[in-house]
Amino acid sequence: MGTPLIELVNVSKSFSGVQVLFGVNFKVQPREIHCLVGENGAGKSTLMKILSGVYPYGEYEGEIRLEGYPVRFFSIKDSEKAGISIIHQELSLVPEMTVYENIFLGNEIKKGSIVDTFEEIERARQLLLKVKGENINPTVKAKDLSVSMQQLVEIAKALSKNPKVLILDEPTSALSETESENLLILLKGLKEQGVTIILISHRLKEVLKVADSITVLRDGQTVAYFNCKTEEVDEKKIIKHMVGREITNLYPMPIAEPLDEPIMETKNWNVVEPNTGRYLVKDANIVLKKGEIVGLFGLVGAGRTEFGLSLFGNPYGYIISGDIILKGRKVKFKTPEDAIKQGVLYLTEDRKEKGLILINSIKENISLANLKALKKGITVDEAKEIEIAQGFQKRLNIKARNVEVNVSTLSGGTQQKVLVAKGLFAEPDVIILDEPTRGIDVGAKYEIYTLIRELASEGKAILLISSELPEILGMSDRIYIMSKGKITGELKSEEANQEIVMAYAVS
Amino acid sequence: MKEFLRHLKEFLKDHVRDYAMFIALFAIMAVFAALSGGDFLSPVNISNLVDQTGYIAVLAIGETLIIVIRHIDLSVGFLSGFLGAIAAILMQFYHFSALSAIIIVLGLGTLAGLLNGSLVTYLRIPAFVATLAGWLAYRGALLLATKGSGTIIITNKTFNAIGNGFIPDLPFINNILPNYHKLTLLVGIVAAVLIVYFSLKNRDQQIKRGFDVLPLDIFLIELLFIDALLLYITFILAAHRGISWTLVIMIITTVIYSFITNRTVLGRHIYAVGGNPEAAALSGINVKKITLIVFASMGFLSGLSGILFASRLQSATTTAGTLFELYAIAGAYIGGVSAAGGVGKVINSLIGAFVMSTLTNGMNLLGVDISLQYIILGIVLAAAVIFDVATRSKER
Repeated sequence: MGTPLIELVNVSKSFSGVQVLFGVNFKVQPREIHCLVGENGAGKSTLMKILSGVYPYGEYEGEIRLEGYPVRFFSIKDSEKAGISIIHQELSLVPEMTVYENIFLGNEIKKGSIVDTFEEIERARQLLLKVKGENINPTVKAKDLSVSMQQLVEIAKALSKNPKVLILDEPTSALSETESENLLILLKGLKEQGVTIILISHRLKEVLKVADSITVLRDGQTVAYFNCKTEEVDEKKIIKHMVGREITNLYPMPIAEPLDEPIMETKNWNVVEPNTGRYLVKDANIVLKKGEIVGLFGLVGAGRTEFGLSLFGNPYGYIISGDIILKGRKVKFKTPEDAIKQGVLYLTEDRKEKGLILINSIKENISLANLKALKKGITVDEAKEIEIAQGFQKRLNIKARNVEVNVSTLSGGTQQKVLVAKGLFAEPDVIILDEPTRGIDVGAKYEIYTLIRELASEGKAILLISSELPEILGMSDRIYIMSKGKITGELKSEEANQEIVMAYAVS
Repeated sequence: MKEFLRHLKEFLKDHVRDYAMFIALFAIMAVFAALSGGDFLSPVNISNLVDQTGYIAVLAIGETLIIVIRHIDLSVGFLSGFLGAIAAILMQFYHFSALSAIIIVLGLGTLAGLLNGSLVTYLRIPAFVATLAGWLAYRGALLLATKGSGTIIITNKTFNAIGNGFIPDLPFINNILPNYHKLTLLVGIVAAVLIVYFSLKNRDQQIKRGFDVLPLDIFLIELLFIDALLLYITFILAAHRGISWTLVIMIITTVIYSFITNRTVLGRHIYAVGGNPEAAALSGINVKKITLIVFASMGFLSGLSGILFASRLQSATTTAGTLFELYAIAGAYIGGVSAAGGVGKVINSLIGAFVMSTLTNGMNLLGVDISLQYIILGIVLAAAVIFDVATRSKER
């Protein structure tokens, strides 16, 4: 092999005294798709932020080499000039600005001293065509686009800088399977055109589909490098390096048998979108039983999340009809607070926006939904609060220095655990989990699964909403399948397999 | 006709927010015109109204950009008063010329803005607190500056013309239209023609590039409406003493700021910083620099406001600038700027400022009790923001 296009030599980085990268070595050959994998907190994003100048020269140790020559990036602009473009994990578009304004943000096309709007729109069209986003109107606002369309805009934005190297940090975590598929095809196309791609992803199947080579990072160190052209690589091998141990089974075994004792039922449940009058959920009848994990599967747009939310005090103000029967009684939840009080809990897929208060501590997040239990007169019993939070920290293996740590400093998987702890503290009978493992790594996933099993064995009824079919099949005792707002199928876990479930999901 | 109604409906649906403030201003003016039996629309009153709006309008324009980048500036009212007093002292006690006093005051204003901006960006003090400190300090500074003398009367004619004077008339054609200000008419007509020309040219260019444009009928009605309004105001002003220097300054300020925000890279970056600061930073925009620039511009405009006010009163008073900041912020919010950042147009804030001063002017004219005036202003502000929030959420 010739000189690597990019080489990071012995790179270390600390954040306020905590070292996160320990002398990482990383190299990428020209015109390849190189995948960077590792658990959350392994240091992948940090490494890429160093390479793209977000953390400027001087804030890290070690060396960046470009085509063999050492380079120093003092800002994002420097790395862009050198031909490196990055698409960050959190979508970074300005919602109130139009697509073309976003694409050229920071690199505006000028005519004299003014921005050449017409030229920008024209060029935006061409760029969008290049990323197969020709149906995106460049003059609409970014906030009016779907997540997958926004992703394409981000890629168009990166391509507008004519990069030699394109870095994508978890680009598919918010996309459905088809959308991810299209994105991967796009990346392959870009490679053909001569762009070198560095892809960070948790989805190992995707990684194996597109990677020419793979670097595995663990706890801030490079632990493995695979050349996919010359050696056989499979998921197991990668996972072994990622977690440092072999995971024989992705899903823990059930602890106890579910009981045949219904806790919650819905009867002819309808959910209507108030503005359009469209049915999001139509005539849904489901039963949740004590100690049972019930999977709810559906493709994107099937109405899974809307269904879950409508059962939880209907925070978005959908028009609802039908009955909920909880422990034999007909009930109505006016608000989420009301639902929690009566023993129903919903944990959201969108932990940053809806689930956690990031600037608060672990302790405060856990106690928020059930502060009444901690009342001492009119004050909060802080000693008890800490004790309970520490209990959860131990039980869920929440990796943090202590419970006073701000949630914003934790990794995705750890945040998810805090969210689960918050839910458990409210002592629910029914737990609705909406995509509990989205965007978190294999090791943390296993811990979350174990926890779900434990909760079931304690007699809680669990509704597991997921778009990941293996997760549904691996965890559920019983499965409901939704399609276009309707429950199209109900299967016992032993009757179910991928093909059957998919058939119901697309019906 | 059916086609036209459909166009009109779509237009209202898509643009109700853009034009709501114009319509509201129009409605308020119509109400006052009717209640006052025509006094409100008299040339003298409209001319006064424009001059009364000037010193608030320039502040509202600056405050718009401040709010767009998610900050607030409370110091501008007393800063404006204090800088007006500085101008008065320079001219009365140290015999500076009007021009040098103006340049010094604008420079000092810019420095004061930079100071606020530095506190916010480098020392990370919340803008509310940093500028509240400024509010207190400048109030004290104003009292200090006027301590020995009390109100300082300004005798510089050039300076006083800014707030009270009008552009000269064409000298050589006194015999035609003797009761009208000819240059004002000329300016108004030229402006009306230019608006038609550039609107048509722009539309043509957009069609050529394959963009969505307004249907022709709606476009023509809009153009007709704008031109009719412009010409009407021109005639009213021309029937009095013509375009005032305050109006000239206001128009120039609005045009420059609209140009910067709509057409330049700086403008783009200001809205990006307001809309999503993280994304802006990751796009290589220097957020601190933008913040400093916006605060500096606010300081500059505070100086301008101070000049306009002092020259209008022909004096610097101990209470100059009281409540200016709140009227300016109210004007910006009435104009549809969003506290969530990234949204708000300069021209709309100008209209917002006009809504505020029209209400005050009209109610004064009708002899409405001052206590009731404040209550009505409060209700109008709340209603404007409620309307804005309601239409915004509907958009989603």
